[in-house]
This record gives sequence, structure tokens and C-alpha cells, in this order.
Amino acid sequence: MDVANLQLLLPPAVPMLAAVLVGLLRKKPAMRDCVPVIGAVLTFLSVASLAPAVLAGVICRATLCTLLPGISVSFRIDGMGLLFAGTASFLWIAASLYCIGYMRTLREHAQTRFYVCYAVAVGGAMGVALSENLFTLYLFYEIVSIFTYPLVAHHQDGKAYDGARKYLTYLMFASKALLLPAMAIIYCQCGTLDFNMTDIRWGIFPAGVDAWLVRVCYYFMLFGFAKAAIMPLHSWLPAAMVAPTPVSALLHAVVVVKVGVFSVCRMMLSLFGTERLAALDLGITTAWIAAFTILTASVIAMTKTDLKARLAYSTVSQLSYIVLGVAMLVPSGVTGGLIHIANHAFAKISLFFCAGAIICATGKTDIRDMGGIARQMPVTLAAFALAALSMIGVPPVGGFVSKWYLAVGALDIKSTGLLAVILVSSILNAYYFGEVVLRGFFGTPPAGADPAAGSLEATALMKLMIYPTAAAAGLSVLWGMYPDLFLKIIRLKLG
Amino acid sequence: MEQYLLFNSSDFPVLSTLVLLPLAGAIVCLFIRNETFLKLWGMAVTTATMALSLPLYFLFDQTSDKYQFAELRQWIPALKFDYAVGVDGISLPLVLLTTCLMPLCILCSWNQIKDRLAEFIFVLLIMESAMIGVFVSLTTVIFYIFWEGMLIPMYLLIAVWGGPRRDYASIKFFLYTFAGSVFLLVALIVLYVKSGTFFIPDFMHLQYPFRIQMWIFICCAIAFAIKIPMYPFHTWLPAAHVEAPTAGSVILASVLLKMGGYGFLRFCLPIAPDASLYCAPVIIVMSLVAIVIGGYLALGQNDVKKLIAYSSVAHMGFVTLGIFLFSMQGVKGAILQMVNHGITTGALFICIGIIYERTHSRELEVNKALGMLMPAYVMFLGIFSLSAFGFPGTNGFVGEFMVLAAAFADNMLVGALAIPGAVLAAAYMLRMLQKMVWADSDGHHHDVHDGGGGSHILTDINAREWFILSVLVVFVFWLGFKPGLVLDIMDASVRHLLNHIGV
Repeated sequence: MDVANLQLLLPPAVPMLAAVLVGLLRKKPAMRDCVPVIGAVLTFLSVASLAPAVLAGVICRATLCTLLPGISVSFRIDGMGLLFAGTASFLWIAASLYCIGYMRTLREHAQTRFYVCYAVAVGGAMGVALSENLFTLYLFYEIVSIFTYPLVAHHQDGKAYDGARKYLTYLMFASKALLLPAMAIIYCQCGTLDFNMTDIRWGIFPAGVDAWLVRVCYYFMLFGFAKAAIMPLHSWLPAAMVAPTPVSALLHAVVVVKVGVFSVCRMMLSLFGTERLAALDLGITTAWIAAFTILTASVIAMTKTDLKARLAYSTVSQLSYIVLGVAMLVPSGVTGGLIHIANHAFAKISLFFCAGAIICATGKTDIRDMGGIARQMPVTLAAFALAALSMIGVPPVGGFVSKWYLAVGALDIKSTGLLAVILVSSILNAYYFGEVVLRGFFGTPPAGADPAAGSLEATALMKLMIYPTAAAAGLSVLWGMYPDLFLKIIRLKLG
Repeated sequence: MEQYLLFNSSDFPVLSTLVLLPLAGAIVCLFIRNETFLKLWGMAVTTATMALSLPLYFLFDQTSDKYQFAELRQWIPALKFDYAVGVDGISLPLVLLTTCLMPLCILCSWNQIKDRLAEFIFVLLIMESAMIGVFVSLTTVIFYIFWEGMLIPMYLLIAVWGGPRRDYASIKFFLYTFAGSVFLLVALIVLYVKSGTFFIPDFMHLQYPFRIQMWIFICCAIAFAIKIPMYPFHTWLPAAHVEAPTAGSVILASVLLKMGGYGFLRFCLPIAPDASLYCAPVIIVMSLVAIVIGGYLALGQNDVKKLIAYSSVAHMGFVTLGIFLFSMQGVKGAILQMVNHGITTGALFICIGIIYERTHSRELEVNKALGMLMPAYVMFLGIFSLSAFGFPGTNGFVGEFMVLAAAFADNMLVGALAIPGAVLAAAYMLRMLQKMVWADSDGHHHDVHDGGGGSHILTDINAREWFILSVLVVFVFWLGFKPGLVLDIMDASVRHLLNHIGV
């Protein structure tokens, strides 16, 4: 192993070490709570330190051990991985600050367990982002599944157990029933599970492999990565909303679901390849499956009055934008999809942060009770509004860039149908986010509410939650105005 | 005879010593009175045996398909009874598994066995001798002696130190395996009559007519199918597991079941290759049924030991499936799966023994919600359960994946039918974990444990238990990330076997 490339092991290793340290410091809450913050900063720095090499086109790879010929635990970073790892680790910094405020305000129990699992889940996501082969990806994918179970079941009441059971059942069933056979078949056919990281066109299948076998493998993997929440394997995500809000925010808007979507993108681009998918008509079918998910989930989101449930269905819908973009198999579509990994992450984490802040400050979860809340929580609602604009795709916020590229992609493949889906879903987004914003700013406040402006955002712990929220929403705007960094990284991948 | 053997133990009869050391230790046992000293003696003997067996791993010539560390002695020349022992790449992993697990078996019984301790240690050591003997014997006579020799100590382990229904379980165990042994004996006698030799490697190089092969195969297969156990011959297993003491369950699951798989590889395949190929579809179907039915039955159990017992049926289904795919990957995966099952299931039985010592129950309803009370215990239980359903990074994954890949390479349908087994494995293991770790515990009031009458004092695992489980965890991950440690050993022997069968 090249010594310089040991650096590649840091992003997955640092969060895991942080988890161990949190466990060791369980008796000292103050020190314990600092560890994830420091860990998050270090993780982000370790990812960022890899960026120059990636941008310069240097190949960084590291192999830990080889299990069987063609199956190893090995890491390699490319543009896609850098984008996802960078986004997730950066947002972990915000989330780790937010966690302290949230967990302390609500005096949650078992905080050590919470922080340990949280850190391991992030470490798992780093591993997925940097994996060089399907086995490594699967390994970290499953680590994320297992370690998020205690987070979803955190409240340990009937509802939490039901939600957690549904969560794990869906994820485990999909990975065992669909991913595992697909992996075994690919290993039989190709003799290796290594990704083709240099060329996104042809993947790893040898010439002359049976087309139906490839199709079966493809669909097994598309649905096997159930974390991507493509319908019909999506309903674990709303069920997982029983978790504390920081979990919903970082994990079920950024880390866990993006692990799923990232895996789907990786599978499409590095295992099967765009040319092969196009030749077998798999791209366009996937695009329509994603389009169906986008519209259906948006419609369901409109019917939900619980804020977190509405956000959850919005996530289901937004994740499929990413899949839709990549499934278009043209550069602009893939760009739109991949850049949405970052844009959705920044916006959705802010939205969940806002929901959590409202729960902490008022205990309210239902949208209909949130009338006029902007008076007491102006910063929160402003952040919510900005992030919502990003989700709707209004310039100059980040989501606009994604939707622009997606729309261009749809035109490139001459599919007015998909273009219509993108436009209609934006209108639906505008409806269900608009309602929250309008109620928050202009609704009638309940009788007896403290009329002082910003009264609910005054305490120190609340500030610990508000600042990360505002920062994430602010960055959403920044990425909308200066998307060059992301675009440059993605172009690198597209070659 | 000598052409099949490799005498690379530089004149030290290492395998005979391995067999005889526990036997000698067992006899000494009967003269020791002090209980602590007895246990220490048991530890000393098994540890010495283990220490003696470890160099085998390093001195083993991985490029040779011969029987290594061989010893050949004339015994009763008039009857052509020779004494021949040796190990090849198929038996060596199982010998090492046996010798490494025995010290842990003694350790895990440290406080559990209160009466007839001398006899207990005696029986365990006899058992160890017999088990090693089965794996190293190269003539049918001594093989059969050791094979039957295991039966009595195992019967005693269940019948004397077992649970409330020990009489039923021990008799059932005895009758089933004994019935199998009778068929085996018939096959071995037929082999002697047809070939005039007792030497096992000789059988490989004699061609028998297909009809004879079929009879030999059927007789052997019945014996080994009961031993492994294959559906529908499995019903003795849950009973025996549930009633046996912890050490008994560990030996039963980790080593005794492997005798069945080992038998298939040592007798059925090389001696009756045509019959094996002819019958392979039947065995494959039976394996698939075992995988799915075993998993399905495990899903419904509320007795933890029974749950693990049925999961063993499913796991062993993967072993027979792998063997009868006749590919390098399948057979190597099957042997690896045997080793993995030995480690993981042994560990799970030790885990259950640990909790049984505290709550005196094996019911999920009683042993529930331990997460808050015994975090270290739960961590170990979690790791072993993940390993049992083939979580990537643990040993269980590699074996299962190799067999699955071989199945898909052989026939898509076979692979597809094995997948429900993998799904069920995740389902029953996660169900068990959910109940034992969480159940419906309320995290805010976790100081009060109200399971099973609420009178248990639940302490987390002590240093001795930490040690046992940590050793096994090391193996779980070591083999999970470096399966080459075991796979490389068996390479030459498996290749030789498959060449011989001619696939």
C-alpha cells in the first residue's frame, strides 16, 4: 500500500474512532459531546485534503485486504465520491452542533448510544463514498443499516419500535433478497466486483454476456439499494421519522438516503455503464420509475400535515430527481442528478433542522398549529423559506441549478414527458412547502403566544441549533450562485 | 500406500499425540479430587493439545494434495489392520477448529457444572480424542472406532448433565446417529470385501461398478445426512441442543455436525464419484429444502437454543449444497462454511449458556431487553448474530457468498432458490437480536428489569466470559477479512478431489 494513500482511510476511520472515543467518555457528558464536533471537523478536513489530488486527476487508492480473487476491501476516490463525502462530512459539522442543542433541550436519554451510532453511520457513509468495489460498498452500506437501527428506535416506545422494525425489515430484505443475488451473479459473470472508475460508458461486464441477465441484475440492484427509497420500497423512510430530529436531518436527508442514491448512481455509472444501459433501454425505464416516484411522493407529501412526514415524502420525491438525472444518461442529466446530491443535502438538512427547532421550542409537529410562528422564530422560518426555495428550484438557490440541468437533460433526450414531470413536481413542491412558509409568516398565532419577536430563539441551546440551520440554508444560496466547484468536480467524473 | 502420504512431521508422531493426549489426560482426571484443580487440569490438557496442533497449520505443505504428517504402522498384520493417520487440506481446518474450541468448552462450563465434575471433564477429554481421531484416521477401521467412540460421550453429556428432558433427547440422539452408523458400517464392510483394504486413500483409486457405487453412496449418505443433519433427518438436533449443557451444545454444533460434511467429502465423493454426480440433484434439492425449512422453523422459535439449532440445519444446507455443486468455489465455500459455522454457532451457544446461568431460562420472553443491563454481552451477541446471517466483513459472509456464487454459476434456479434462505437467516437472527437486546423496553426506566418475575440479578459478563467471546470475535473478523487463511490450505486437496471426480 502506498503510504501517501493511507490518507484515503481517514474519512471512514475518523468517525469510527470518534465513536469509540464517545463510548469511552460516556461518564463525562461535556467532553463526550465535544468529540463528534471535533470528529466532524477532522473528517471534513481529511476529505478536503483529498480534493486537490482528485482535481489534479491523481489516482488515489488503497487496499486493506483481499478476501477472494476480485473481492477486496479497497478505497478509491473520484469526483462523485468527493462530492458525496465532502457534503456529508461538512454537514456533519453543522449537525453535530445541532445535536448538542437538540438532545440537551429535550433531555433525551441514552445520549452516548446516540452519538456512537450517529458517528458510525457517518463513517459508513464515508466508506460508501470512497469504496472501490461493490463488496466494500456493500460492507459499509450494511454497517449504516445496522447502526441506524438504534437511532430510529431511540425513543424506545411502541411507535419507535414499530418504525425501527419497518426500517430494518425493508432495508435488510432488499439487500438480502435483491443485492446479494445480484452481487453473486455479477461475481460469477465478471470474476470481480471492482468498479470501473475511469470510464462511465461500459461498466465491468465482459462482452457477450446475456442481456436478460444484465437486466435482472440491474433491476435487482436498483431496488436492492432500498435506501434510495425508489417506490415501492420507500415506506421505511416515513417510518424512520420516529427518530429524534437530528437523525432525520443528517441521516434520513443526507447520509443514509444519499448512501442509497449514491450506490444507485455508482452502480449505474461504474458497474453497468451509460452505453450499456442505453443499449438495453434500461436508462429510460429507470427514468420513468423515478418520475413516477417523484410525482406520487409529492402528492402524498401534500396530504401530510405532520411536518416531518411531509419532509420525509419530499425526500422520497427529491431522491428520485437524482436517479432520474443519472438515468437520462446524457451529460447534462447526470450533472443535474449528481449536483442534486449536494443541493438537496444542504436544503433538506436545513428544513429538518427547522422542524427540530420548532419541536424543541414549542413541541409542535403539526403544520396547522404553526400559524404565525415566524414572529417568535424568525431566523428559523427564514432559513426554512430559503431551503424551501431551493427545493422548489427557484433561482438563485441551489436547487435551481439541479433543476436547470435536469430540464436540459430532458430536452437533450427529447423527452417532453420527463420535462413535464419536472415542471409539475416543482409546482407540487411549491404547494406543500409554500403552505408551511405562508402559515408560519402570515397565519394566526394561537392565543396566549408570547408576542415578543424572536422570543423562542433566545436561549443558548436554541442558538446552538439556529446557527447551523441558518448556515446550511445560507450555503444553499451560495451554491446556487456559485455552483462552479460542484460542476467542476462532476465534470471530472464525466470525463 | 506410501504414495498418498507425506511424512513431514520429522518422525514425531504429532497426530497420534494429538489423539492420545486428551485420552491420557482423561484417565488422570479420574484420580483428581479437588474441583478447581480438575478444571485447571482440563484447561491444561486441552490447551496443550491446542498448542501442539497449531504448528500443523504452519508446517502444512499447501502445495501438496497428499495426507501430511502421516504415520503408518502395522497393527494386526493377519487382518491387514493398519494404523494410518494423516491430514489433508480438508481435515486440517476441522482438526484445528476442534482443538481451538475445546479449551473454550472447558472455560464456558467453569461455573455451570456443579455435580460429577471429574466425570464431566473426563467425558469432554474423551470426546476430544475421538473427534480428532475421526478427522485424522486414514483407515476405515480406526475411523469407525472413533466415529462410534464419539457417540457414547456425547450421549453421556446430554443424559447426565442435560436439562429436564434429557432422557428423551439423549435417547433420540443416540438412536438416530446409531441408525446412521449402522448404514455406514455396512458400506465400510462392502468396501473391504470389494477392495481387500481398509486404507481410505486406496478406495479413491479403485473403480467400482455403478451399482456398487450407488449402494455405497446411499448407505454413506444416510449416515452423514443424519449427522450433518439434513432435512428430514434433523429432528434429533433441536432436542439434543436444547437439553445439552453449554459445552455439549458447542461440541455438537461446532464439531459433530461437521463430521457429516467431512464424511461426504472423504467417502461419498471420492469413493463413489459417479453415484455422487448421479445423485447430486437430489442432494441439492434436499439442501435447498433444508435451507428454507430450517430458516422458516427457526423464525418461529421462542426457545433461543432451538432457534440456533434450526439455524444450524439451514447453515448445513449451505454446506451440502456447496459440496454437491462440484466446483472449486462451491466445495471450498462449503468447507469454509463448516469452519465458520463452528466458530459462530459455537459462540452463540456460549452466549446462550452465559445468559442461562443468569436467568435459568432459554426463553426469549425471559431473556429480553438486555441491552441496557448487559451492554458488553449484547455487543458480542450482536456480532455473532450478524456473522450467523452472513453480514459482510464477518466470516459468515464469505462462506455463504462463495456457495451462492457457485450456485449461480452452476444454475440460476439453484441460486435463486437458496436466496430465501439468506433472507430468512437475516429475519430470524434480527428477530432474536431485537427481542434479546430491545424487546419493548422503555429506555427511560431501564434500571428495572421485569423479565421472568423480576428477581434476577443480571450482571454483565465477567473477565472469563470476556476472554472466551473475544477469542471467538477475533476469529469472526479474521476469517471475515482474510478467509485465505483457511481457503489456501484446502486448495490443493479440493482440486485433487474434483479432478478425481472428473468435473
